[in-house]
Amino acid sequence: MSGEIVSELMRAHVYRLASTGQRVDGRVLDEPRKVVVQRSFVKTAEGSARAKLGNTDILVGIKMSVGEPYPDTPNTGVLSTSVELIPMASPTFEAGPPRPDSIELARVVDRGIRESKMVNMEKLCITPKEKVWIMFIDIHVLDYDGNLFDACSYGAVAALASTVVPAKHHSLGEDFALPIEHWPVSVTTAKIKDILVVDPSLDEERMADARITVTTDENGDIRAMQKGLSGSFSYDEVKRIIETAQRVGRGIRPVLRSS
Amino acid sequence: MEDIEHIEKGMKLINADGRRLDGRKADELRPVRIEAGVLRRADGSAYIEWGGNKVLAAVYGPREAHPRHLQDPARALVQCRYNMAPFSVSDRKRPGPDRRSVEISKVISEAFSAVVFKEQFPRTSVDIFIEVLQADAGTRCAGLTAASVALADAGVPMRDLVASCASGKIDGIVCVDLNKEEDNFGDADCPMAIVPRTGEIVLLQMDGHLTYDEFQKAMEMSIGATHRLYELQRDALRRRYSTTLEDILKEAPPLPPPPMQESELPPPPEDDFGPEGI
Amino acid sequence: MQGSGSLRPIVIPGEAVGGPGLKPGPGTYSEGGQLFAAHLGIRDEHDGLVSVIPLNGRYIPQRGDAVIGEVTDLGASHWLVDINSPYPAPLHATESPWRVEFGDTSRYLKVGDVIMAHVLSVDEIKRVQLTMQEHEARRLNGGMVMEISPTKVPRVIGKQGSMITLIKDLTHCQIYVGQNGRIWLDGNDRDTAVAARAIRLIEERAQAIGLTEAVRELIERAERETRGPRPS
Repeated sequence: MSGEIVSELMRAHVYRLASTGQRVDGRVLDEPRKVVVQRSFVKTAEGSARAKLGNTDILVGIKMSVGEPYPDTPNTGVLSTSVELIPMASPTFEAGPPRPDSIELARVVDRGIRESKMVNMEKLCITPKEKVWIMFIDIHVLDYDGNLFDACSYGAVAALASTVVPAKHHSLGEDFALPIEHWPVSVTTAKIKDILVVDPSLDEERMADARITVTTDENGDIRAMQKGLSGSFSYDEVKRIIETAQRVGRGIRPVLRSS
Repeated sequence: MEDIEHIEKGMKLINADGRRLDGRKADELRPVRIEAGVLRRADGSAYIEWGGNKVLAAVYGPREAHPRHLQDPARALVQCRYNMAPFSVSDRKRPGPDRRSVEISKVISEAFSAVVFKEQFPRTSVDIFIEVLQADAGTRCAGLTAASVALADAGVPMRDLVASCASGKIDGIVCVDLNKEEDNFGDADCPMAIVPRTGEIVLLQMDGHLTYDEFQKAMEMSIGATHRLYELQRDALRRRYSTTLEDILKEAPPLPPPPMQESELPPPPEDDFGPEGI
Repeated sequence: MQGSGSLRPIVIPGEAVGGPGLKPGPGTYSEGGQLFAAHLGIRDEHDGLVSVIPLNGRYIPQRGDAVIGEVTDLGASHWLVDINSPYPAPLHATESPWRVEFGDTSRYLKVGDVIMAHVLSVDEIKRVQLTMQEHEARRLNGGMVMEISPTKVPRVIGKQGSMITLIKDLTHCQIYVGQNGRIWLDGNDRDTAVAARAIRLIEERAQAIGLTEAVRELIERAERETRGPRPS
């Protein structure tokens, strides 16, 4: 429904269906929505992708420039991720400075990419201690229909995979493809009372008591995790969720890797 | 990514044959494509590709105006927010409104305020959002043209659509629809917006240097262009509402599996009007 | 399916829809003796009156409308109800079916409850009041609520309720349709999902000819899948 508060009636309906293993949109409990990725959508960016997860629609642009490295990592490039929840994406998004939601989102997406060593940041060093490539991942949420964590991550991964480092423009040699070495896939599970659902829809997200995002790499190893909302998980549930994330992630990874 | 430094000093923006750098003649519009109803949450939306511009427009409303003290008891507010994505330009733009975006938001709000039937919705706001995803000069005209379609898509009552185009002067020649290089190295730029049926001008800005004659020539070119844009706007709206039944049925979600037993009729609703209430 | 592609022509705001001799109906405005569409929709002409049936738009409450609302807040002697409209809709305790003591409102309706109510009044500046004193008004329990564009409600109901009756009969579901685009359905899960799908079809193809047959076929096909190869 359009209202922000999910009615008791719909909570009961969603929960009753979920208890029989079904969801309102016809999916089963551990089934993600369709992931569609369109690469190189924006020509003014060095890399870009549009990612749709069901009706959630994200556009990610990668911009690269040359600058100084951070003092504690003098030989690696710099990565910075930000998320804009633009007002057109949802009646609940307001224009203004980033809210805690969008900051958490950006940091979790960033962590998945950074910790998986998806991009070889050492290869982005130009002159140690002086000059490195600075990479901005700008995530623009266009349409919000649940599960921004996964949708934003898929967009960012696909955008990075399409990125060409603009060395020529900076008189630093020939352009080269961004060196990608790992493929992180984020899978979010929401908990509604005692039932776990993968890739929550908007209504499921609004009703959820707790949520976990797990990012795994192509070997099934865990690279980032984030638990959110004020409910809790049992240890068994966490283990089940990780196993599901590995399995669902395997299914989604090819979509992000292919052009 | 090409940028402006590749144009050598002294290079002509329009040659002796009247051809511009991208091959267009003085009165030729860049290719334009418009699609209506591209977003699900917004009440109305539209997407436009205009030359190298990619702009998304969306409308919410009429909806309750917030904050309360800004509400107008007699009519709806018409508020537009124009914003450029950080990756929309060659040098990354920091997120958040800058003075240019604030000014553009204001003049576009005023343009739509002239056509929306505001008195039908007191105390509400019609909120228009324009997001530039890729910029190549003329973004406010592209945004406005798309936003018109988004407003119609949302069912907002208006006197007419609004179509918008800019004309300018490059190498002393008046030309329609300047692209980024022409805008940067040209002599004048004059964006305008018009109500197609009546010819009313609802947005007009200019910077540079134009004689009175040159201005009139620029306006005539822009007006001509807006007629073509209006056709594209109308087509986009008509196309949106004419998908076939087969397409709809194809997209329908799967049904849950059938129940194990024969289903019974549901019990009649309980009448809970007793004094205990809930 | 017959006539599945046929559509009536769409008019856009500002498009001419009639000349002198025709009267301006809803969705039109007149200027200089001509009539023009005021919003996106389908042109309709009846007995010299031209109107434009909207294809989209927010719900603007009218007196007497049946609506399905969700309680979003409450006060000592009223509840605030979201009816999917730009205007907040209070329901005063005196307009409820109960005898509510001052301050006791939460006993009868809580935040998150869904009700079937009616629009009691709308004044000149669109201040809305609801009532639950009509016969069908009630707090809704069980079932599910779906939302469609309010402009499609007439098509979902059909001429003299023919379309909604067809859906109810074929799916054995209880269905309440609110003018505000919210619809409550109750039945077993499968039947409810089929009914919801039929309603979505109507929403997407409201202006098509042959829609009734398409809806009947959708439901009967789904029912055949349910029954399987058993003899009927």
